[in-house]
Amino acid sequence: MNTQTLKKTALNDTCRKYGGKMVDFHGWELPIQFEGITKEHSAVRNGAGMFDVSHMGQIFVTGKDAAAFLDYVNANDVKKLQNNQGCYSHLPNGRKGIVDDVINFCLDQAGGRYLVIVNATTSSKDYEWFLGNSSGFDVKIENRSDDYSMIALQGPKTIEIMKRFEPVILKFGRFCIVESSFKGEKTFVSRTGYTGEDGFEVTAPHKVINEIWEKFAELGKPYGLIPCGLGSRDTLRLESGYLLYGNDIDDEHTTYEANYGWVVKLKKEKFIGKDIYLKQKEEGLKVKLTGLATETGIPREGCRVFAGGEQIGALQSATYSPTLKKGIGVGYFTKTDLKPGDELEVEIRDKKVKARVHEVPFHKGTAFGKVYIAQ
Amino acid sequence: MKPEELKYTKTHEWLHISGDAAVVGISDHAQHEMGDIVFVDLPKVGSKVQKEKQACVVESVKSAFDIYAPVSGEITEANTKLSDEPALVNQSPLENGWLFKMKISAPAEASDLMDWNAYQEFVKTAAH
Repeated sequence: MNTQTLKKTALNDTCRKYGGKMVDFHGWELPIQFEGITKEHSAVRNGAGMFDVSHMGQIFVTGKDAAAFLDYVNANDVKKLQNNQGCYSHLPNGRKGIVDDVINFCLDQAGGRYLVIVNATTSSKDYEWFLGNSSGFDVKIENRSDDYSMIALQGPKTIEIMKRFEPVILKFGRFCIVESSFKGEKTFVSRTGYTGEDGFEVTAPHKVINEIWEKFAELGKPYGLIPCGLGSRDTLRLESGYLLYGNDIDDEHTTYEANYGWVVKLKKEKFIGKDIYLKQKEEGLKVKLTGLATETGIPREGCRVFAGGEQIGALQSATYSPTLKKGIGVGYFTKTDLKPGDELEVEIRDKKVKARVHEVPFHKGTAFGKVYIAQ
Repeated sequence: MKPEELKYTKTHEWLHISGDAAVVGISDHAQHEMGDIVFVDLPKVGSKVQKEKQACVVESVKSAFDIYAPVSGEITEANTKLSDEPALVNQSPLENGWLFKMKISAPAEASDLMDWNAYQEFVKTAAH
């Protein structure tokens, strides 16, 4: 592996110091794990874990028409967001696919100031997409992905850490954001994450991110906080039914096919791809992203899936689930009326093993329930 | 088993030979590199394996690793304890975490395997 050409986050040295096993992740050098994937997975499910997610991108949209513009490029309703609120959404590509999945945050509704958190590999593509669809809107679009680092603090006990870092965010629920500062530098703290547990994401300039990491490490000690890598990030997100752009969603599959229909707000008057969604709703789906779990054996990405001897699709994402203690996966299946418990077969190393349709999320962590709100 | 009593392959399996019987597992270095082992796809008793060809598969949370037969022969026993406790491979790679036993068909094939000193040297140089 030629590490010379890999992009490094501002936390690279710190991750190494903490024992991170560094790998090439789509051109970024990031830790796949520190002490071990199952240990990190369980720390997040039961206590607290900390991830370097600086590869994620930040696009700022400002101006008089910021809300109207974001409402137009998103499937979800961005216009209704009030100050401090955010929403998960898909950017439909106007054909039968998705440009990216993102989180839109409203920083200042009256002043027209929004922050969109986008995926690492798609930040330039999203930025170009925004620019290309912005004519007629009075907006300024800035891709600031290279200026910010990001730490995800995840797990039920991270509330205790946040009480001593930015307690204001605890007055808000899931998907909310507050603007904050650390050592005089402007930061953003949101109640979001990719693990299915309650938790927070801190976006900050590179020059203070290492100090923030060390601060969390210190505050988190009594709560068993450990640094976590991409390995557990993936097992946690897949158990939670969260989509991975490039695997589970892409330019060739729609939000409905991904079984994320709740994201699409057809009541909105106009947005990119509305006609496609309407048509698909009327005609029905030919494929649907569906979950399965195996009894023995661990399915992996690409494994073919069969129902009654017929191939119905292949797995887009699959792993061993440390929580369920079995193999799990999701795939686009041509049989769209499958119910949890239905028998399937997955081909693992040329052998067909038994599997059953499983409901998604596979596991519902604290992010799915009522979270603590400070008075 | 003591590491000094074993022979090693470049693909990090170990082999313990007594007569024409042998036990096969993976080295401590290998289990450490693989991370938490969560599943072992054991070979069938009675099946024939060939030197340097896949004999079974060990899986961590995120990856599957092929385990190669250090020599040719026939599988006589698989460590079925690993079906319930695959983590034994991490905890005790040279003892309770052995993978399978075999009857060696061509004992001369073991002559190119490394001893403990050579294997340690091999791991050191491979890391750089």
